[in-house]
This record gives sequence, structure tokens and C-alpha cells, in this order.
Amino acid sequence: MTNTADVIVIGSGVVGSATAYELARRGHRVTVLERSPNVGDGASSRNGAGVRLGGRLSPEAELAAKSIYEIWPTLGEELDADLEYVRAGSLTLAHSESQIASLDKKLAKDRKSGAPSRLVDGAEAREICPYLSSYVEQAVWSEMDGHANPMATTLAYYRAARRLGARYITGENVVALEKRQGRVRRVLTEAGTVYEADKVILAAGFNSRRIAKTVGLWIPFLKRVDECLITEVQPPMFQVRLSCADGNFYGSQTRHGSFLFGGNTNLERYEECYDGKPMNTNKQAADKCRAIAKFLPALKNVKVVRHWAGWLDSMVDRLPIIQEIPEVPGLILACGFSGHGFAIAPAVGKVVTQLALGEPACVDVSALSYDRFKPTGV
Amino acid sequence: MAIFDRSLDLGPCVPRPDDDMIVCRCEEITKGEIRRAIHEGMYTMTELRRYLRAGMGLCQGNTCGRNVKSILAAELGCRPAQLEDCTARGPARPVVVDTYGKEVFDRD
Repeated sequence: MTNTADVIVIGSGVVGSATAYELARRGHRVTVLERSPNVGDGASSRNGAGVRLGGRLSPEAELAAKSIYEIWPTLGEELDADLEYVRAGSLTLAHSESQIASLDKKLAKDRKSGAPSRLVDGAEAREICPYLSSYVEQAVWSEMDGHANPMATTLAYYRAARRLGARYITGENVVALEKRQGRVRRVLTEAGTVYEADKVILAAGFNSRRIAKTVGLWIPFLKRVDECLITEVQPPMFQVRLSCADGNFYGSQTRHGSFLFGGNTNLERYEECYDGKPMNTNKQAADKCRAIAKFLPALKNVKVVRHWAGWLDSMVDRLPIIQEIPEVPGLILACGFSGHGFAIAPAVGKVVTQLALGEPACVDVSALSYDRFKPTGV
Repeated sequence: MAIFDRSLDLGPCVPRPDDDMIVCRCEEITKGEIRRAIHEGMYTMTELRRYLRAGMGLCQGNTCGRNVKSILAAELGCRPAQLEDCTARGPARPVVVDTYGKEVFDRD
């Protein structure tokens, strides 16, 4: 089989696979290269499943609005898969003064982006979700938020793209990009294989940094670890998504009944857990369990069956880069999603496809350029 | 790490008489569901687990893992030993939320 395609997508996560699906649907020959033996093995299969409209900055907020109002409601039908998408709203919970102060920041963001949200007191929060304890003093209610199954979504995009003829190759570690006559053209892998295409889309999460460096691009992001835990199956209790205002936990009940909670303790960045695979630390699950017991006492006696860790490709301003790089024509970056990528991936797949085909993008992402960063002294 | 071109076509999934047999008892996943998922492109143990939830229930695949692996090997035409297991994840046994919350932060 020839190693030449119209477009090469590096990274088979939800962003890469959504893009491969959109391109294949429009009749383009796409090759997807994935370093891991498994499709969507990065943040796409290790995340907290949130599909939230609120708490986002422009233009990520517009990508979220496009996804949530126009794509998510019918995406399962389109991909012929049950994505477990539920739009039941979310509550951002606060107890302490500092948590209540951070609710104001969230409301300010939502006023700017137009996401419907409002402050509720503890009693109203308990009306919305009767399992919440009196520990909740205030909350923000965001009716357009929800959750879905990220693994089902990523693999549904993969299956649909593959059916339409997209070629996926796993275990193929990209080590360098090469230009030909001023344009990106060749993709070199660790095994020594050379792939060629007119356009290359780099959607490899944190590994995008190492690959982009080979054509002289420096992306200011760090990898941060976040952990999740999941409980045994419970009877259906509530569909609302919950999160804690200072971010130490977020989660919801999944379709099959387990509760999924994710978060971090803010101490991880000082741990030596950043080599190799993302690892669970010994304090995160315990920290989340304490938060669950305080906010949701009904889950006190439920068993935790599994936990896992994953990387966030965390950009300095927590916004991604989505751009065809002017200095490297033909190369499109779609990375640095900073833990916000899953919910907006359906719109990102369309926008990246439009950039690759030279069409006007359905959401203006010109503010997400790679050269928007300036040293703070300037 | 083996390079695997997913263009591999296993052809249509022909129904078999034992397709109704439950393989993953925790999540009640049948042999037929597993075989169909393989024919839809889920070619690794990890992808099958994420796609079907086989091995994600209370026993975490300790009961069905071997059997799922044999089914995958038979469909791909390889030996089970050539296939990578799913990542085993903590805790080793299910732990009650309240008990887990009493875990003390070990400063060493």
C-alpha cells in the first residue's frame, strides 16, 4: 500500500479522529498515525467525560457553543453509536469563602461568552440535586452543560472514519516532519517509514511539542497529571454533572450506573510523577473520596473499583492552538487543549478540516494562533 | 511495539450458534458482541474494553480477561500470547469511599 495520502493526521484521539472522519466523509484520502498500540490512548480515554458550555473563554466558548447546540444532540445518530450524551445541566459547588469567590469568576466568564448560568443558594442546589449535603453553601447552575462517554465517542469516530476509508496505523511513532520546497510534505517515523501528504495535521497532545520542534516551532505547554476514579454500579440517582469550585473534584453518574470523579489536589506538579506513563499518586483518590463523602454522603459506602491517571497538555493560557502555520505551509496544529478538548472536539474536527481544505472556518479561531504568546515583560 | 495497519479487513462477522453466551458476567457482554466489535475494528484488548465495557465491572476483568483474549486471538488469527493485556489498575480490591478517604498522605 502506498504511503502517500491527501492528509496525514498525527494522533488518533478524539480531535484527530473527528478530523479524520470529517475529511473521509468529504472523500479525501486520510492516513492517521498513532504512537500507541491503541486508538485514542491519551487524554481521550482518560478524561472526566464533561461536555460543558460554561466557564470557557472566547474563542473556545464559540467552539463549545457550536458543538453543544448544533452537533452533540445528533452526533450519536450520525456516527451510529450510543455516545451516552446527556444534557442535564451542571452545578459548580462552593463551601469556603475562596470557593465562593471563584464562582464569581466563572459567572463573569459566562456573562462574556453568553453561556446561560446563574448563582443559586445551597437550598436551591439541593432541589436540583437532592443528594447534595448541607456542606454546599452556594453553587452556579449551568443548564446547557452535560456529559458523554469519551471512549465511546473517540472509538465511534474511529469506526466511522475507518468505514469511510481512512487508514489508521497504530504503533507508528512520528519522530520528525520534513519540508519539501518550503511546504511540509514528509512525516518520518521511528520505524524508518516515510509518509507523504499535501497537508499534515498535528493533533498528538503533549507529543505535538516534540514533533513541532522538528520544523522549528516552540509550543509553550506543560504536561499536567489529572486522575479519575470510578465506583461500582449504583441505581440511577441523578444526571446533573457536579464539580467543586476550586477544581479538586468533578464528576457525574455514567449511563451504566458507576460514578466517575476526576480532579487533582494541586500538589501533583511538585511530584516526581512526570516520567513515562501517567501514574496515580497515593493521595489523589483519597482526597477525592473525602470530597465525595462531604458533598455526597449517600456515596460514602460505595466502592471504588478503579482509578487511572492521564496527561493534560496544558497551554500557558489554557487555550489550544488551531492554525495553519504561516511559516510551515501545509502544517496545521490542533493541540494544547489543556483538558478542555473532549467537549469541543466535534466542532474542532470541522474547523480543522476546513483549514486543511482552505475553506472559511465555521468558527473563527484566528485568536488561537501559535504566535500569540509574548514574554510578560513586554 | 508492533506497527498495526488497521486497514486489515476481517470480512463480515458471520453469526455463530454460541454468540448469545455471556463472556463478561459483570457487564453482561456476549461473545457475539465481542466478535462484532472486533470486526468493527477494535483490534486490541484495551479497545475492546473501552468499546464494550467487557472487563470494566466489579471483577475488573479477572474472570473474563482470558476468554476475551482467546476470542480476539481467534478472530485475528494469532496466538493469545501475542496479544497485550489491558493495563491492570488500582485499587487491587474494591475499596469503600469512606475508608479510602482515611488514607494518610505519606510524606516519604
